[in-house]
Amino acid sequence: MTINDIKNYLDAEVLCGEEFLEKEVFSACGSDMMSDVLAYVKDQAVLLTGLMNTQVIRTAEMMDMICVVFIRNKKPNEEIIELARESGIAVLTSSKRMYEACGILYSSGLCGKAE
Amino acid sequence: MSDSLNFSYTVDGENFASAGQASVQVKKELRQLGIAPETIRRVSIAMYEGEINMVIHAGGGVAQVNVDDSGIEIVLKDEGPGIANIEQAMQEGFSTAPDNVRSLGFGAGMGLPNMKRYTDEMHIDSTVGVGTTITMKVNY
Repeated sequence: MTINDIKNYLDAEVLCGEEFLEKEVFSACGSDMMSDVLAYVKDQAVLLTGLMNTQVIRTAEMMDMICVVFIRNKKPNEEIIELARESGIAVLTSSKRMYEACGILYSSGLCGKAE
Repeated sequence: MSDSLNFSYTVDGENFASAGQASVQVKKELRQLGIAPETIRRVSIAMYEGEINMVIHAGGGVAQVNVDDSGIEIVLKDEGPGIANIEQAMQEGFSTAPDNVRSLGFGAGMGLPNMKRYTDEMHIDSTVGVGTTITMKVNY
């Protein structure tokens, strides 16, 4: 699944990282607790979260994640987007709720297991 | 690498938003040294959790990273309140972090267990009222 597919499945808006849309992701993690995210390393992953601060981007960066999706229509501020740009991470925002967003991606083939 | 390379960082305890900057820096340095991505990831996650802990609990501190031909050592030193019961602190889910930290995505009691999970060796030296020094090692 590519980041562009995620954008389409979640009817999401791309806030930065347009140039990464064709990159492929193999797993996903949905959480508002960053330490839970940090507990399980997966390759080429996307992070879905309702948490809104710069540590979301740092966590993604530490995990070598390439895409962050903010759910429930949350719009990150410029500081968060700038940090994502510097870190080479695509940022999307979707109006879906966490359960729904994860369900859509899971049933579309993004099962969360590292390849 | 015959000599050891050392990096030192001050972790600002006043600013939660900047927590993790040292880990980002270390990640860049290690990448430039050509260290394996998996090793870099383990080092940066462990250090990042440690950095967050120093900001949440100890008002900041100093992070030192030593790279030699056997692996990477991370030393995190603070002059915070210390850890009264290390065994308890190492349990997943145990946390003394204030509630406002949880709203920031941390304080779930996973920090120290994660640091142990990603490193080959971890040693905690802590005295209540004096401070804590955590030494971690990731071997190649």
